[in-house]
Amino acid sequence: MIRNEPYLMRDPTAETAPTMRERVPPPADLKAATIGLLCISKERSEEFLDRVEMRLAEHGLNVLRFAKPTHTKPAPVNVIQDIVERCDVVVEGLAD
Amino acid sequence: MTEELVAIVKRECPTCELVAPVLREIAAGRRLTVYTQDDPTFPEGIADLRHDETLECSHRLKVETVPTLFRLEEGREVARAEGWHRGDWESVSGVARLGIELPESRPGCGALNVEPGMPERLALRFGDLALKARTIEVSDWEDPIEAAYDRGWTDGLPVVPPTDLRIARMLAGTSRKPDEVIGLIPPNLAECTVEKVAINAVMAGCRPDYFPVVLTVIEAALMPAFAMHGLLCTLHFAGPVVLVNGPVAKRIGMNWAGNALGQGNRANATIGRALQLLIRNVGGGRPQEIDRAILGNPGKYTFCFAEDETDPDWTPLSVARGFAPSASTVTLFHGEGVSGLSDQKSRTPEELTRSLAMALWRVTHPKSASDASGGAMLVLSPNHHDIYKAEGWSRADIEAALWEALKRPASEVARGVGGVPVGVDPALGDALVDKFGRENFLLVRAGGRGGLMSAIIGGWTGQRNAKEIQVVTKEITG
Repeated sequence: MIRNEPYLMRDPTAETAPTMRERVPPPADLKAATIGLLCISKERSEEFLDRVEMRLAEHGLNVLRFAKPTHTKPAPVNVIQDIVERCDVVVEGLAD
Repeated sequence: MTEELVAIVKRECPTCELVAPVLREIAAGRRLTVYTQDDPTFPEGIADLRHDETLECSHRLKVETVPTLFRLEEGREVARAEGWHRGDWESVSGVARLGIELPESRPGCGALNVEPGMPERLALRFGDLALKARTIEVSDWEDPIEAAYDRGWTDGLPVVPPTDLRIARMLAGTSRKPDEVIGLIPPNLAECTVEKVAINAVMAGCRPDYFPVVLTVIEAALMPAFAMHGLLCTLHFAGPVVLVNGPVAKRIGMNWAGNALGQGNRANATIGRALQLLIRNVGGGRPQEIDRAILGNPGKYTFCFAEDETDPDWTPLSVARGFAPSASTVTLFHGEGVSGLSDQKSRTPEELTRSLAMALWRVTHPKSASDASGGAMLVLSPNHHDIYKAEGWSRADIEAALWEALKRPASEVARGVGGVPVGVDPALGDALVDKFGRENFLLVRAGGRGGLMSAIIGGWTGQRNAKEIQVVTKEITG
């Protein structure tokens, strides 16, 4: 059902929320959170995220590392599910 | 006074071909405009021939048949002749001896502007129907069904995207105005219009002919006696169970026979779902938010079925509740899931009554009585009903016998008996206690044949407060 033109629907709700979806609010405190670092596998992504991990660890925060096989494609479902299962926030790392 | 004649035709229609010479006859002496719905060159020889390509003119004149000849005064219709009938055409046109070569009359054809789905399309295009709900634009690359998920509009199953055309078609299922407010939907007590109900009915997958039933279901759910707010917030399993009675059930193709409580029938499935989607979307009642159910039940996706009224000896529930047999109604019960009773052994009404009563005691808790139990809807299958029918028992006879059989000495279900703390006050001794409040015990006939089994739909514990919370029935009026 992917279409090539904008598709218009009517709002089924009481219209008390904005039409644009809101971002998930950031956690109030990162101390109890697990932070995922997703490497997109671009040149020097790992080096960049190593540095990020080091800085986060200095603050005593929990960090887990993830990677997608190539930056040229969206992350595979199992990688996304892994992050959802184990993390509270995620940083997606670019480099070059 | 400006008087003019207007004819609507299409070449595809043999009767229009037939009257083409008549139109030329009229045009020779009178002011005549001919609008053609298909071929812009048809009929030949008419000076004022216009192509009604958008069908706006046909739509505005409310044409149903071609050919139709109108006489207009100051642009307003004062007379019309549909199809070909010489007398009618002479009277509308004011021209005598029209088409004397032709037969006396010929029926016309359906006009393009009333083909299925077209009136709603035209109503939207020409502004007769202005929807008020705000528009949500889904970008080129998004799937509308995924967009509905992302916005939290669904119960977990896909919804039909509510486009203007689908909403317009749904609204055509009722004579009620789209902006009519039908009530405040709990828990947020949000104002709900007929249009919002239509949007959610589209999403649920309803057909337009179900829409009057859906509207009545919503209105019944909003009756204060039903306590929809409490039902959706409850920790208990229960949700609204919709029973449809009367001629409408057959008209819209509902299932009351085999698998009546299961999947597979569009009307059963989508009418119950429309109520739940409306509560979610307009009311804001979502699980793990204001819906505090500990476990819920699969009927909270949808739970709607019809009573089997095909046996003339059976009094339908709606009739027992005071409605005429010719009335179509919805009854809303606060029900949890279905619990089955297989009894292939009972052969007499007395045996079966004892057996059913035994199973009914399981509702809420096997040791809870009317001070703590929700009610129950007992769905008697045709084969079980046959056992009563063979002995001439009516609905009232069955209900009365069940009511007696449901009484038990308090000592059998007192607190502590069987090592289980749940139960009634031991001080009641051997006094008889009722299982349910009488008003919360409903008997319905439905199901297929081939097995001696019936279903128990346990009620909501909230029903024990019978002053505040009641089963409701409402007539479907359109």
